[in-house]
Amino acid sequence: MTRITVTVDGVAHEEEVEPRLLLVHLLRDRLGKIGTPVGCDTSNCGACTIMMDGRSVKSCSVLAVQADGSELLTVEGLADGPTWHPMQRAFHEEHALQCGYCTPGMIMAALDLLKDDPDPSDEAIRHGLEGNLCRCTGYSNIVKAVRRGARAMSDQEVTT
Amino acid sequence: MIPASFDYVRASSVDEAVEVLADAGEEAKVLSGGQSLLPLLRLRLAYPSVLVDVGRLPELRGVRDEGGHVHIGATTTHDEIIRSPVVRAGCPLVALATATVADPAVRHRGTFGGSMAHADPAGDLPAVAVALDMEFVLRSTTGERVVTATDFFTDYLETALEPGEILTAVRVPKLGEGWGYHYEKFHRTAQAWAIVGVAAAVRVTVSESGARHVAEARVGLTNMGPTPLRATAVESAAVDAELPPVPHATANGSPSTARLPSANGSGPHDTLREAASLADGDTSPTADLHATPDYRRHLARVLTHRALTHAAATV
Ligand SMILES: Cc1cc2nc3c(=O)[nH]c(=O)nc-3n(C[C@H](O)[C@H](O)[C@H](O)COP(=O)(O)OP(=O)(O)OC[C@H]3O[C@@H](n4cnc5c(N)ncnc54)[C@H](O)[C@@H]3O)c2cc1C
Ligand code: FES
Ligand code: FES
Repeated sequence: MTRITVTVDGVAHEEEVEPRLLLVHLLRDRLGKIGTPVGCDTSNCGACTIMMDGRSVKSCSVLAVQADGSELLTVEGLADGPTWHPMQRAFHEEHALQCGYCTPGMIMAALDLLKDDPDPSDEAIRHGLEGNLCRCTGYSNIVKAVRRGARAMSDQEVTT
Repeated sequence: MIPASFDYVRASSVDEAVEVLADAGEEAKVLSGGQSLLPLLRLRLAYPSVLVDVGRLPELRGVRDEGGHVHIGATTTHDEIIRSPVVRAGCPLVALATATVADPAVRHRGTFGGSMAHADPAGDLPAVAVALDMEFVLRSTTGERVVTATDFFTDYLETALEPGEILTAVRVPKLGEGWGYHYEKFHRTAQAWAIVGVAAAVRVTVSESGARHVAEARVGLTNMGPTPLRATAVESAAVDAELPPVPHATANGSPSTARLPSANGSGPHDTLREAASLADGDTSPTADLHATPDYRRHLARVLTHRALTHAAATV
């Protein structure tokens, strides 16, 4: 067992973990952060995407011990109390989800993209989300949602 | 799935890492970004006894201009490579190929050295390594040795790394002025591995009349055999090939590939096409879900022509 400390959505945690524990399982099974789903066994789908020290990572492809000392942000840390984050609202308003399984990862990957490119073109959005698969929507509404979310964020001067 | 149990050591120095590896024997594995190793552990395709994590060692990370070559620390991430002004200026082909690797989240964790040590024939960076004659710096408790790219990649997922040895850095010789670069990757979806890829560097000479010719060419092939390959026959045959006039620059200053003359038909392009048609000589591509060996051979010829043409057009 290895002792690690991580900050998740603003709250510090100290945990004893087996080295083989995946970060996504630490989040879901130990810390109750079930907003971050697991969609595959091959690191392809991106459903598990979170921010680690400010940049997107696939939390199924990081060991909890590798995250020791890191600041983590999951989709559950985005809303401000009952008020959704502008990107969450944009996904709702553009009907950018059907089953919703890919949505947490899509939102986190979109927020990562906006850090480099706050006003992305449709092509930049499609490239920025290339690591996130959606089996339902056909992506068009997701691209619209990211554009709408980006505009709302710059209007409200929200970063991440 | 959940990986099988293993011990974990986060090394605090390269010296400590090689000592732990030496003691642990053949069942130990180095962990860098984990973007190839963790999927293998999750699928239970690997059962290491201990993982030695070198991912956070500052001495292995970062890019430096060392005059004749660019020094790339093994744990420098793909994302850091793409953003590095030193890489873009000193070895742009590395940045171009790295930008096609995986997706942004994987590029935030995956490392340059990890990609080389993993030695997947479909990996994009090994072909660049052989094309640019990169040198690999390997360290163990008995000291340091340097091997060339062609000696580093020995077989399918096999390298010159001995048990107990780690890759600390890769040196990328700079090619100098007058070279253009392109990495042409053929894959079915954006984040996917290459079915075939071609890394090309072309030195172009321009005569007083404005005629453009190939002076020198370098070509590396991805996924055309168990190791990355250098297409030396193409390189020799491309020398002196006449190139089309410089394409007009677009408003933002980069050449517009849309204006490149069609690669079909007769004209000055033919020598380059003939050279590219040699690309699948001495290759041994495999069959898999995505392609037959014959289809890969066809792709190698077509993509080599595209890669050379686009590389020359950037000069
Ligand atoms: C969804 C997905 C898509 C991908 N697509 C592509 C792609 O299109 N093109 C491409 O090229 N790659 C692709 N990759 C692989 C990616 O580039 C990995 O980052 C890279 O192959 C491994 O780097 P790493 O640092 O994560 O290595 P790890 O996973 O940490 O290690 C990989 C192997 O190298 C060994 N190793 C690592 N570092 C060292 C060292 N310093 N010394 C000795 N041995 C070492 C390890 O023991 C292990 O065997 C993809 C990966 C994923 C998950
Ligand atoms: S669960 Fe599919 S990439 Fe992490
Ligand atoms: S909404 Fe179902 S996978 Fe995207």
